[in-house]
Amino acid sequence: MISASGLTKVYGGKTALDHADFTVRPGVVTGFLGPNGSGKSTAMRLILNLDRATSGSVTVNGRPYRDLPAPLREVGALLEAKAWHGGRSAYNHLRFLAGTNGIPRRRVREVLDVVGLHDVAAKRAKGYSLGMGQRLGIAAALLGDPAILMFDEPVNGLDPEGILWIRRLMQSLAAEGRTVFVSSHLMSEMALTAGHLIVIGRGRILADTPMADFVPASHVRVRSPDLAALARAVAAENWRARTTADALLVYGVTPADLGDLAYRHGIRVHELSPVHPSLEEAFMRLTAESVEFHGIDG
Amino acid sequence: MTLRRATFAEAVAGEWIKIWTVRSTLWSMFSTVVVTVGLSSLLALAYTLSYDRLGFRARLAFDPVAYGLAGLNFGVITLGVLGVLAVSTEFSSGLMRTSLSAVPRRSRLLAAKAVVVAVIALVVGLISSFAAFFASQAVFSMRRLGAGIGDPEVLRAVTGGGLYLTLIALISLGAGAIVRHTAGAITSVLGVLFVAPIFGVFLPEDWGRTVQKFLPPAAGSAILTTRETPFTLPPWQGFGVFAGYTALVLVVAFVLFRRRDV
Repeated sequence: MISASGLTKVYGGKTALDHADFTVRPGVVTGFLGPNGSGKSTAMRLILNLDRATSGSVTVNGRPYRDLPAPLREVGALLEAKAWHGGRSAYNHLRFLAGTNGIPRRRVREVLDVVGLHDVAAKRAKGYSLGMGQRLGIAAALLGDPAILMFDEPVNGLDPEGILWIRRLMQSLAAEGRTVFVSSHLMSEMALTAGHLIVIGRGRILADTPMADFVPASHVRVRSPDLAALARAVAAENWRARTTADALLVYGVTPADLGDLAYRHGIRVHELSPVHPSLEEAFMRLTAESVEFHGIDG
Repeated sequence: MTLRRATFAEAVAGEWIKIWTVRSTLWSMFSTVVVTVGLSSLLALAYTLSYDRLGFRARLAFDPVAYGLAGLNFGVITLGVLGVLAVSTEFSSGLMRTSLSAVPRRSRLLAAKAVVVAVIALVVGLISSFAAFFASQAVFSMRRLGAGIGDPEVLRAVTGGGLYLTLIALISLGAGAIVRHTAGAITSVLGVLFVAPIFGVFLPEDWGRTVQKFLPPAAGSAILTTRETPFTLPPWQGFGVFAGYTALVLVVAFVLFRRRDV
């Protein structure tokens, strides 16, 4: 479990993270979603104590990262930027990391197999492609078999096959009961991977919610010259519905259900369309709200 | 959680693997030995061949050990580079982020690096110093100018050569941690060691001579002398002054390394 409270980071007058409170729990992939420059990487660096918080605190399994007895065995992290030396081979990179935390040497071979780098493990890393470099970072994260994993923009540089692979890897890690915290600016990626969502914009946590609650349920949008009568008919059926300025949004039904209902009541229908709100829309609405909120707030 | 706590020894083991798995380490070790032994022998040869033309004072000032170890002043460059690279390439490559995730206690990581660099520099420094000594004395003995390892003060001077190069590597490691850029750190180390003495030249003679003695290169290389000279401090005193500079740089390096974001 990762817990941040009032976590704030100011870089030379610019606030990168603003009193962030969040908790990342085990057993589910937690997506950390926000545009580029919104503070995702900053938060991850603060978790690892690579940067010092200006104020507030963050703990991993109840302790500051630097107080973990054997950090690689508790937390594995894939950082956003390249974090290895090009002159060293993947094998030697992992071998020295294993050495620092008392991780058995055979584990190096295991993770090289898991990420599919065994064939190039003896080659110097400067010749690796972006995707291979990413796999090396993932191998390093998995090395200590940690219960907490953090991935900063993991799909960067991966080909479609690699993206599918990391998506499955993250989900299986979460299914094993591990804490998986993954950042991305790609909402479509989050929609496919995450079960829980922490949304960040301009350094502020905007939402911390299960994915299902964040993205509104699919519904049917109906317009009619006699909207009030239609609303009554829908209510009589005990369907969940919401009225907007010019339409009725009905949840948990198909357009056919709604069309048949209108026909039975002799109500004319001008539009009948299924709506599948995307994470993207939910996100846009949220950030729009936060901008408005900023405006009112002064 | 009942995880065994990672130890300082493991941090050192990690650094040990790390330094041996890049090519620059072997290159700088190899070139240190070649440069120090080669230049010491060449300078000894030049001195020996021109001995007949030297005046009385020049012959009186001759210190076969210090002259024979003159090449060590160039080993300063290669071991300095080794010390700088041990830290600076971690910053330039981004590896420092991984290293600090594995060993989040900053002082522990830098101390582990210092131990590994010191051990390697000491071994290479001693090999270079002894090899340079025996090679140069072989040259000097063509004119019966050479000293033996058993002569007074000689063993101290030759061993001191290895110690001096160890301090050079450590002060460079400190510079690497402070400056964090390879080129900048190497420039500042070499600048202090090779350019600073120029100040002494332009000061009035008596001041200049005193200042010169306390400047890093003269103080550090005092350990190589076996004869008193007006230009250097007594051997251990000079070495002590240089050790003081090294300690100062390392203290600054540790403080900054603990404090800064990576």
